[in-house]
This record gives sequence, structure tokens and C-alpha cells, in this order.
Amino acid sequence: MALTSEQTVVRGSKTAGAPQEPNTTLRQKKRFNSRTALTLLAFMAPAAIFVGIFTYYPMISGSQMAFRNWNLNDLSDTSWVGWGNFVKLFETPEFGTIVRNTIVWVVGSLVPQVVIGFALALFLKRHFKFRGAYQAFIFFPWAVSGFLIGMLFRWMFNAEFGVVNDLLMKAGIIHSPIPWLAEPGFAMTAIIIANIWYGVTFFAIMILAALQSVSDEMYEAAAIDGAGKVRTFFNITLPSIAVTLGLTILLRIIWIFNFPDIIWAMTGGGPADQTHIITTYMIKITQEGDYGQASALGLIVVFTLMLFAAFYLMAVRPRKEKR
Amino acid sequence: MINKETVFGRTSKIIFLGICLIVTIFPLYWIVVTSLKAPGTIYSLPLDYWPKELSFENYIGLFTKSDFGVYMLNSLLVATVAATVATLISLLSAYVLARFQFSGRGWVMAAFLLTQMIPGFIALGPLYMMMTNFNLVDSKTGLILVYIAICIPFCTIMLRGFFENVPDALEEAAMIDGCSRLSALFRVLVPVMMPGIAASFIFNFVNCWNELFLSVTLMNSDENKTIPTALAGFISSFNIDWGSMSAAAVLTVVPTLVIFAFASKFIVQGLTAGAVKG
Repeated sequence: MALTSEQTVVRGSKTAGAPQEPNTTLRQKKRFNSRTALTLLAFMAPAAIFVGIFTYYPMISGSQMAFRNWNLNDLSDTSWVGWGNFVKLFETPEFGTIVRNTIVWVVGSLVPQVVIGFALALFLKRHFKFRGAYQAFIFFPWAVSGFLIGMLFRWMFNAEFGVVNDLLMKAGIIHSPIPWLAEPGFAMTAIIIANIWYGVTFFAIMILAALQSVSDEMYEAAAIDGAGKVRTFFNITLPSIAVTLGLTILLRIIWIFNFPDIIWAMTGGGPADQTHIITTYMIKITQEGDYGQASALGLIVVFTLMLFAAFYLMAVRPRKEKR
Repeated sequence: MINKETVFGRTSKIIFLGICLIVTIFPLYWIVVTSLKAPGTIYSLPLDYWPKELSFENYIGLFTKSDFGVYMLNSLLVATVAATVATLISLLSAYVLARFQFSGRGWVMAAFLLTQMIPGFIALGPLYMMMTNFNLVDSKTGLILVYIAICIPFCTIMLRGFFENVPDALEEAAMIDGCSRLSALFRVLVPVMMPGIAASFIFNFVNCWNELFLSVTLMNSDENKTIPTALAGFISSFNIDWGSMSAAAVLTVVPTLVIFAFASKFIVQGLTAGAVKG
């Protein structure tokens, strides 16, 4: 999506956009004089200044902290320590758990989000009465902040007075209350359920938009050829939206990876640091004042995600070229 | 799909959509119910799925025992100003990115996209130190400036998508008639793109209204706190007062919910505009 629209535009202007291209370049060559250039610069300047000062400066300055001994509790010695902060992180006993939790958190949230979101989109594709109203209701989780979602679910998963235990007991599924947020395994399940609840709508809406861009003629042709519903789905629907779906998933993976709010509100990483993911752990060390280690962890996240994105795009792209 | 829906298909569709709706709405329902129970009855078993008697004590308590009214006003002020300024600035940058091919354009886009990838916490410490130097810690102006900066990248990307749906000819014509580029943008393009601009504004507003970690870091006095900071205060105390918490949650969610209900169509358009084209 946003990531490749850039490339699409460039590629498009070379091939599909050819007829109008000479016209555009002529026009821009003629007018792309110093006055226009100045206007453009003036238009870009406010955005560049804001993002530069309040986002990029702190980020870059934060990155160099990763290689320094930078603890807010004792700033007398902020010397260069090379990879020291990284080594200290890898030696943290919980580090393995944190990495494992992060993977469980991303995969465990993402897969159900995609599957349920896809089903929802397929059901919403055909127009029905009240579809607009239905979509507006389903949209509700998006209006809520991640932190607040965490709080809502923390209350619902409360062991003693939580509604989840009450409903499960009424349904006869369990006979005694589950201490949801006090046991690491249950706690991970609970936070992932909260995140699935939050993210399904996103996928439903993205996939629905992609589905609606597939032309009806393709389906008509398939119907004429006598393809059944299942075959139509795998041979037409899925390939047609594969690229959009692939990129939506990539952006979502990055986003879930960087999304500590729900966990922070529900468990705060507890019990006994057993539900931390990398970003919640980063908040924890930031609050303890060890900016050096926190920045080191941040850099690890950035590079992991960039590597992942590169591999992922390589895996997704060839299929796009073939068509 | 051309063939008619079967009875089985129709039933399963209704059941599936029904379950999704119930599961989506239930947490909201539950928090409203909790907030309307009298404080003592929240912790009594068996659970009531509707308050035995409606009580507004939790809400009254929020405004009398804490400064929740002040927090709400602060949030409203900060989010409105930040969202407005960010939308205006993004309008200009999105226009440039959508309309002109210049070297470095790809880099600008990449720089904007990168901000969406990097965990914000890497910047939190240095940002705090920088704001201390500017004397902008615990100041609404400071928070607004930071919020503008975090809204700009995504807002620009979103608005760029809308610009691409509007033909060039529109502002070309206006400019031939003697309009400057800026007035062509605001007199001709902005009216046409109003739904998209509204969606971007709302998206910014809700993001600022809900933002937690920056406001927790930067704001500490009661007169400057925003709602999320106040909510975070609920979990730092050992015993969470779920009655007040629920009431506060309802008051936080309802405004954004109302806005979203009216604007969901435009927001969906805005978010998917870039996606589907690619």
C-alpha cells in the first residue's frame, strides 16, 4: 500500500502513464523555475521543520545514547561504551522470554485478525439493509485508545468480579474462576484476545476495500466457466487482492510489534515480567532511567523490522511481477 | 457472486455478523453498565448485567473529587489546536508530494514512512531533555508542538492519496486565471477535497485525544494534565477504583465515538485510498 504506491507511481509513469507523460514533463520543465521551486520549498518547510525537530532530532540523538552509559539516575559518567548496552541486554535473564512473547504476541494477534477480518469482509461485500450502520458499529474499537482498551479488558478479565469468568461459568465451560491476569499463560491469552478484538475491524475494512476493487466481470467469467464458490475464492478473489493483503499485513506486523499500550494497561508486563514484549520492556527501562539500554533496544527493534520488511517485500514482489 | 444466496448461506451470514457485532459492542456495554452502578455494588456477586438502580455517583465523583473537567478541557484544547495545525501543514506538504516530480521526493516519503516504523520510545528520553531546554515541559504549548509533529507524516500520506484523485486541470485553470498557487490550493482544491480533509482532521484529533506516552512523560501538574494522563494515574495506584475508571472511560470514548459514527465513511475512504491503488 503506502509503501509501494511510490514505486507504482514511478513505474506507472514509465509505462501506463506514457500518453500523458510528455505533456507533464513539458509543463513542469517550463514552469519548474526558481519561483516554483521556492514555492515548493516553502510548502514543504513547515512539515520538514516540525518532523525534523520533534521526531528526527530526538530519534537520532536517542540512537547515539545506545552506545553510551546514559542513566538518568547518574549522569556524571556518560562515556562511550560501544556495544556494552547491547551485551547487557542480551545477558538479561528475561531477554529470551521477551523475544518469545513478542513473537507470540504478533503471530497470535495477527492470524485471527486476518482470518476473522477476511470473513467479515466477505460477508460485508454484498450490499444488505443497514450495512452502513453495521459498519459504523463495527468501527467502534478504532475510536478507543489502546490504553483504554487495555483497561476495559483488564476489568472484564478480573478474576473475582470480571464478566468473562462469569459468562464462562454460566455457560458451564469452567467451574471455578480463572485467575486470568495472575498466570503468565492466561495473561498472554487475555492480552492477545484484547488485541484481536481491536484489530479485526482494521483488516475487515482494508480487505473489503480491496475486494470492492475487483471487477465483477472476473466473477461473471468464473461463473460462466462453472467455477464453484471455493474455486472462485482461491483462483480469483485471493490472487486479485494478494498485493494489497500482503502489504496490509506487513504494515500491521510492524504496528503490532510497536504497540505496547494494551499490554501496558492490562498487565504492565507482569506477573513477574512474564508478559513483557520488547516495547513494553523498553518502557520499563526508560522509566527506570536507563536511556542507554532503552535506546539500544530501540535500535534492535528498528533493524529487526527493517530486515523483516526487506525480506517480506522480496517474498511478496515476484508474484506481483508475474501477473 | 451472481448465484443467489442459499438459505444456509444467509443464515450463517446473519449468525456470523451477529456474533461479531455483539463481541464488538459488549466491552462498551459493560463499561457503561459498570459506570452506572453505585460504587459499592460493583464488587458484589452475582454480577448484575444491568444496574439494580442507576447511580451517577461515579460521574459526580469524577468532577467533584478530581479535576476531570479540567483534564477534558485540556484534551479538547490540545487535540483541536494540534489537529488543525497538523492538517494545514500536511495539506501543503501533501500537495507538493502529489503534484510534483522532483529528485528527493522518494526520500521525503521514506522519511515520513520511517517515522511510522520506529518505536517512539527511542525518542522519548532525548525529547524530554530537549523540551526541558526549551522550557516546554509541563506546558500545553509544548505538547501541542509535539503532537503536530507526530500527526504530520501519516496525515501527509493520507492527504496525498486524496490529492491524486483530483485532476491537475482544476488548479491549472485557476492559476491561468491569475490565482497564486496558494490561493488556487485553498480556493479550488480544498473545497473539492473537503471530505478527505475532514477525515484527516478527525484522524489527527482522535490520535491526539488518545495519545498516552508522550503526555505522561511531558505533563505532570494537575492544571495541565490531559485525559490519558489522568487515566494512567488510575493504574499507578495499587487499588484501581473501577467505578470512577469506568465513568472516566465512558466520558473519554463517547466524544470520539460520536465523531467516528458521523465520519466513518470518510475515514474509511481516506485510509483505504492509498492502499487499494497500490
